Amino acid sequence: MRQGRRVPGRVGAVSEYVAGRAQMGTSLGFHIVFAALGVGLPVLLMAAEGIGLRRHDQVWVDLARRWAKAFGILFAVGAVSGTVLSFELGLLWPGFMRYAGQIIGMPFSLEGFAFFLEAIFLGLYLYGWERLSPLAHWLCSIPISISGAASAWFVVTANAWMNSPAGFRLDHGVVTDVDPLAAMLNRGTPIETVHVMLSCYLATGFAVAAVYAAGILRGRRGALHRRGLALGLAMGAVAAPLMIVTGDINARWVADNQPAKLAAMEGQFQTEAGAPLRIGGFPDPGSHTTPLAIEIPAGLSFLAYGSTTAVVRGLDSFPAGSTPDPRPVHVGFQVMVGIGFFLLGVAALFLVLLWRRHRVPTDRPLLWALVASGFLGFTAIEAGWMVTEIGRQPWIVYGVLRTRDAITPAPGLVLSFVLSTALYVGLGLILVVLLLRLAAGTRRSEREAASDGIGETLPPPRRRPARGRQ
Amino acid sequence: MSPAVLDYAVAAILWSAVIAYAVFAGADFGGGIWDLLATGPRGEVQRRSVSRAMGPVWEANHVWLIFMITGLFTAFPATFATLAVGLYLPFSLAALGIVLRGAAFAFRAHARDVGREAFGRAFGIASAATPFVLGACAGAVAAGRVRPVGGDLLAPWTTPFALACGALALSICAGLAAAYLTVEEDALGHPALTEDFRRRALLAGGASTVIALVTLPLTRIEAPALLDGLLGRALPLTLLTAGLAIAAGAAMLRRRYRLARLAAAGQVAALLGAWAFAQAPYLVPPNLSVEGTAAQPQVIGALLVVYALGGALLVPSLILLFRVFKGRNPAAL
Repeated sequence: MRQGRRVPGRVGAVSEYVAGRAQMGTSLGFHIVFAALGVGLPVLLMAAEGIGLRRHDQVWVDLARRWAKAFGILFAVGAVSGTVLSFELGLLWPGFMRYAGQIIGMPFSLEGFAFFLEAIFLGLYLYGWERLSPLAHWLCSIPISISGAASAWFVVTANAWMNSPAGFRLDHGVVTDVDPLAAMLNRGTPIETVHVMLSCYLATGFAVAAVYAAGILRGRRGALHRRGLALGLAMGAVAAPLMIVTGDINARWVADNQPAKLAAMEGQFQTEAGAPLRIGGFPDPGSHTTPLAIEIPAGLSFLAYGSTTAVVRGLDSFPAGSTPDPRPVHVGFQVMVGIGFFLLGVAALFLVLLWRRHRVPTDRPLLWALVASGFLGFTAIEAGWMVTEIGRQPWIVYGVLRTRDAITPAPGLVLSFVLSTALYVGLGLILVVLLLRLAAGTRRSEREAASDGIGETLPPPRRRPARGRQ
Repeated sequence: MSPAVLDYAVAAILWSAVIAYAVFAGADFGGGIWDLLATGPRGEVQRRSVSRAMGPVWEANHVWLIFMITGLFTAFPATFATLAVGLYLPFSLAALGIVLRGAAFAFRAHARDVGREAFGRAFGIASAATPFVLGACAGAVAAGRVRPVGGDLLAPWTTPFALACGALALSICAGLAAAYLTVEEDALGHPALTEDFRRRALLAGGASTVIALVTLPLTRIEAPALLDGLLGRALPLTLLTAGLAIAAGAAMLRRRYRLARLAAAGQVAALLGAWAFAQAPYLVPPNLSVEGTAAQPQVIGALLVVYALGGALLVPSLILLFRVFKGRNPAAL
């Protein structure tokens, strides 16, 4: 197998390289939202429809029906944007795939099956309301939930491998002794997969809660809104503390295995015993300091290594060109952690009020905080993903293959980046408009049926389409 | 068992996925083509018919492509990398088409008025462009023009032969969709719509025949090795393709819709099978062979285990999906 450094031999190679990375970044950043919803929403569907069937309560079933409609659009966009990614692995990083395809192809192949099952049972779920018995219909949500979670697990094992390569040997630059199972179960896998999967439940739960918090703020206080809010928040509240715990485990794992990433995350330029924990601030590579940060003395040494006197390596101690840019990594890390604690606080406040009042709290400040949480959950996902990806640079496979050596030799990446970004922006805008319209449509039908007691109405029954003029 | 046998087993599974993608997702592309070309007093009804047929199954059908891509880069990484570099532009266009088609289809279901029309148009155009581009890529591969170096973005897939393959893919997708829709509309008791799609199936079949006959001399010029294979080792499959094409046309003429559907799907499978046999042992001629680019034996072995276990879950699930939405026994005549 041909391997080794490719010398960029064309004008503009640097901008092509940057464009290639940017395109992969936008594609992933776009897809990750839908992927997270694809993991989280089926669980909410399963819960809502399950409760509805068990209690013979149509409001819960209506919730599931509404979410299913939105999920139909979201899943479609997620499926096609995910397909683009599988193309882009080769289109942008043929050097990586030539090298790593056989090592990390296994989880992707497994993910293919999981995705297959998710698509099949989602087809049954979305179009089977009238064709399947209620129980059979509800049962379809189980394989969707399982395969959604499995997809996330498989894909993240591949990313964990890029951080923690295992399961192969290099013989004069040639990949040999491949052990696909060992590659999949690399040391980073348990740490990273659990954290990412929890983040999907967290962000989805808060996003759903946010939708209903916004509805209640606009005066719709029916049972459907309160239950939608409560169920979404229940999922978020379970995930929030676990996120903090697994986040801490991840940071300590990074400290042990990717010291340059940790230094970038913390804005640590100098090697230091008893390093402070910097909250906020903006790393300045010119002066090799991180000004404007609140420093907690010895905090970083303690959190990373369990000792207030532990030595934390700084970015300056690594050879030039082997460290990531600390600016996006540090800022991304602050954003992720900050949001994590904010969401935990919101969830805790909600639960305390719920427990004391025995009813879903609808205080306006709390509702506004919940609306913000809906956006913040996904912001945290994007930020965390930036931390791990940019923090790994300049490596695409940590310590083994540099990103620059994996980029495609094909020309035109700048144009490709511009066009694909425009496409994603357009798709995103259209999607937002359509989802808002979907919500508006259900509001209209609510007004029309305001006299039925709970202020809710069934969606129009799904009939076989009209026969048309025959 | 020698490792080479296992390499070929994986290659055969992946090629089967190509066939499944063509037979199932190809018809979804074809549905989009007929959506674009929907005309006459029943134009809007034809569009609804396409949407109704595609709705529950198109996402699952689409996954065959992902199955194929992930399998290819796992089992034959060098082949995957070469295809990605050599066909950079058309693959990018195909990815674009796939996004536009899927997103527009999903968006249209929830849009109104102007938006509905625009999404419908995007869905139709992307549904026509994507199989054309993928067919041209297939032509570039079959003619042995794909190279692992960037540079000329257009040359490999814009030769007359490759473009003819693109046109053939387009007409085949259209024909498949029309044939499938005759069965669906016939079962729903819509004689006029059934007749619309019957005419379209015959039209597409005629177009495919003409394009195939035009492609033949081009094959002689641009892909002589492929032609030798088609008329040599793969001759039985080549003849089967022709036979099934005639059978599909004859059955459609006689309004034997279910038979026509089966023959049309079989014809596509036979055609792709003939191509595979004709160019074996090469995945991407003239250099990249099954054995030459296969991953290490332990990867191939593990992948086969995954396919066996995954298939045990996948096949019953797929059957369930099609039984619920496409009638109890799609293969019955």
